[in-house]
Amino acid sequence: MSATVEEPRGGGGDGEYRGERKNYLTDGYGILSWLLTTDHKRIGLLYMVSITIFFFVGGAAATLIRLELMTPSGDIVQAETYNKLFTLHGVAMTFFFLIPSIPAVFGNFLVPLMIGAKDLAFPKLNLLSWYLYTIGGVLAVVSLLLGGVDTGWTFYVPYSTMFSNSAVIPAAMGAFVVGFSSILTGLNFIVTIHKMRAPGMTWFRMPLFIWAHYATSLIMILGTPVVSITLLLLALERVFRVGIFDPALGGDPILFQHLFWFYSHPAVYIMILPGMGVISEIVTCFSRRPVFGYRFMAGAVLAIAIFGFVVWGHHMFVSGQSMYGGMVFSFLSFVVAIPSAVKVFNWTATLYKGSFSFDTPMLYALGFIGLFTIGGLTGLFLASLATDVHMHDTYFVVAHFHYIMVGATVMAYLGAVHFWWPKMTGKMYPELWGKLSALLVFVGFNLTFFPQFVLGYLGMPRRYYQYPPEFQVLNVMSTAGASILAVGYLLPLIYLTISLWFERDAGPNPWDASGLEWETTSPPPKFNFDETPVVTGGPYVYPLGEPEGQDERLPVEPQPLPAGRS
Amino acid sequence: MWDFPLFPEQASTLAGWVDGVFFYGLGISVFFTTLICFLVIFFAVKYRRGSRADRSNPVTHNTTIEVLWIGIPLMLALVLFFASTFVYYHLIQYPADSSEIYVLGKQWMWEIQHPEGRREINTLHVAVGRPVRLTMTSQDVIHSFYIPAFRVKQDVVPGRYTSMWFQPTKPGTYHLFCAEYCGTLHSGMIGKIVVMEPAEYEAWLQSGTERESMAAEGERLFRQYGCSGCHGRNASVRAPLLDGVYGHSVALSDGRVVKADERYIRDSILLPGSQVVAGYDPVMPTFEGHINEGDLLKIIAYIKSIGNTERAGR
Repeated sequence: MSATVEEPRGGGGDGEYRGERKNYLTDGYGILSWLLTTDHKRIGLLYMVSITIFFFVGGAAATLIRLELMTPSGDIVQAETYNKLFTLHGVAMTFFFLIPSIPAVFGNFLVPLMIGAKDLAFPKLNLLSWYLYTIGGVLAVVSLLLGGVDTGWTFYVPYSTMFSNSAVIPAAMGAFVVGFSSILTGLNFIVTIHKMRAPGMTWFRMPLFIWAHYATSLIMILGTPVVSITLLLLALERVFRVGIFDPALGGDPILFQHLFWFYSHPAVYIMILPGMGVISEIVTCFSRRPVFGYRFMAGAVLAIAIFGFVVWGHHMFVSGQSMYGGMVFSFLSFVVAIPSAVKVFNWTATLYKGSFSFDTPMLYALGFIGLFTIGGLTGLFLASLATDVHMHDTYFVVAHFHYIMVGATVMAYLGAVHFWWPKMTGKMYPELWGKLSALLVFVGFNLTFFPQFVLGYLGMPRRYYQYPPEFQVLNVMSTAGASILAVGYLLPLIYLTISLWFERDAGPNPWDASGLEWETTSPPPKFNFDETPVVTGGPYVYPLGEPEGQDERLPVEPQPLPAGRS
Repeated sequence: MWDFPLFPEQASTLAGWVDGVFFYGLGISVFFTTLICFLVIFFAVKYRRGSRADRSNPVTHNTTIEVLWIGIPLMLALVLFFASTFVYYHLIQYPADSSEIYVLGKQWMWEIQHPEGRREINTLHVAVGRPVRLTMTSQDVIHSFYIPAFRVKQDVVPGRYTSMWFQPTKPGTYHLFCAEYCGTLHSGMIGKIVVMEPAEYEAWLQSGTERESMAAEGERLFRQYGCSGCHGRNASVRAPLLDGVYGHSVALSDGRVVKADERYIRDSILLPGSQVVAGYDPVMPTFEGHINEGDLLKIIAYIKSIGNTERAGR
């Protein structure tokens, strides 16, 4: 991003004395200054704290699941408890961690900064979205206190409506309410990106992070209402015995699956598209290269968002839907794989003739590319009808979607945490620990989930509390990997927290990165910029073709790229 | 301890086909994963900061190469799509000479009924080399009948019949799993498929205590539930005779023409008002809640058994 911005100086016009300039963190200290804030950056941090809690709740459930699966017979917990654990893991991780993760934390924090705006278009709605998230989270915790839910995060009927004896309603209502927080976030981003871009910030000068969040927001506002309605219908049937889904009441259980996956498949793209945006920012910064094929990259995220809406039936190839329906959904699922491949190829090409440094965010980004490639390619087996008949509802599916949602999305999330931590907090973190955590997460992840591909093709069904003894060795490997993964996830929590008090100040741009968010101070002032920036060129202004890969920033007056150059 | 399987046994005619599709996909996956990982590591090392690599004439976009890496993966994917869909078609289309077996899923067991009368729980005996078609339904929640060694799986859904078929190729005992989460003892809803030599299988079929075939039992139930009172030959109420109905087209009073399959018969018993045969009054009461899934299957087996007789009295 080339822009003309006044270098921020100490002592704004706010009456503070020189050198003690207020930033968004020091602008008000009381608890109410956080709970009633409408500052997108503070709301981003509120979300960060909330989703971290749910991440570790879901992670604790996963730990117990992996421990239980170390032996073929059930020993550590009861079957019923096991079912509640994987439901808790799924609900906490999808609805309360993955879907809000990058959009609600980094989207909130960065969308206005990256397009040169003061805040999101509707700051109060933004705060409301966090409160809705919190109410949804409280409902989820209530369901946990009432004994938990045992339906799986998919809430399949008629089990969830007529047979389960667990606290289905609070959990489903939690997911219902948290959906509205997602809708409000999406609405806010779309309006903000349309209406509040800084002068000169044309559509094709926007960072790919913004394109990714635009595409994500489309899914959030078009898809989420469908799952909300579906959960409401589920509640109607469970509470009032209105026959919608249960055949014994005259309903159709397959209808539920259509409605549920109409949202929940695009929801996978809510989880992965923002991650793709993050990776585009990190890869360009640490290879000192503009992204390769900018317009194709922007087009690809939109294509994924749009095609993502017409592939939901690939979750239902063996559900009893028509054979021809299956064929159409299979074809469309192959089509949606292509723009994902384009993303990977373009990131790889971006590295060509770059000037590479292996900082922590870059390690996470490279891990993302590798794991996303494996996750994406294994999706082909599940889009393909004949192989999906065999692999559906086995550990192959579990491994595949964990490669995408954990391997890719959580890598991107942690990459984003390390990349923008200096901007958010003004502090650096211990680089060595960062690299160690990235390495542990990568190794631990592969050891946990790769054996599950083999288990799946062997035929081990998912959601099994006990299993035939010949599957034990692979399960033990998986559990061993999970213990490494757990350490990899706990480390950043510790050293990042410590860094808040003990690390050196970051300065406005520790990575010499391009982009408007780096043109302001770290942490940024309450309204982001002292003066509205004026954008004069495309994103990712890094020196090209220098023999020694200069570490220097561009000259003060950068050569503006021709508009729309990709 | 290291003696554990890495690849499942192939024990049906189509298992090899499914694995063929799998290996084609695996080839694509290994190729692209290796390519991407190699390039990323190669570039990362060659263009590490401070290296003396040639960085002249950098490119930031190239439409030709974009079209190439959209086109080539698309072609490879389409080959996979067509190959896989071809195999899938054969996984769905059962041969005309398949013998039929009925499966009823319930929390948490599989009840299996052979038309000859033999019943079993959590075990399915079949003969090697003979195609078998399973007609399945559930009494409560959704289950899924999964035989990894045959590469077949089909959800078993309450309120409707689903079917799947396979032709075993190797005698032996194979896993049967419930693949759709169905509640507390989901992982206990497992069993085995026993594939026997045909002669052995015939002997096994005869060895049970059940002496009556499903159709014969169904005929008894047909009288017991009062069906024959209207649908019988000397009935006082005017209702369609059911001889020769199964597998044929039926004209309905609302103008539709439907094929009389298991689902049609089931719906006609439970929701008689939904499809009244043309020329008849909608007088049949519903049997919803009065007849269990097991009896329903037997009555259907009976109606099927008279499906091939001459259409009489019309």
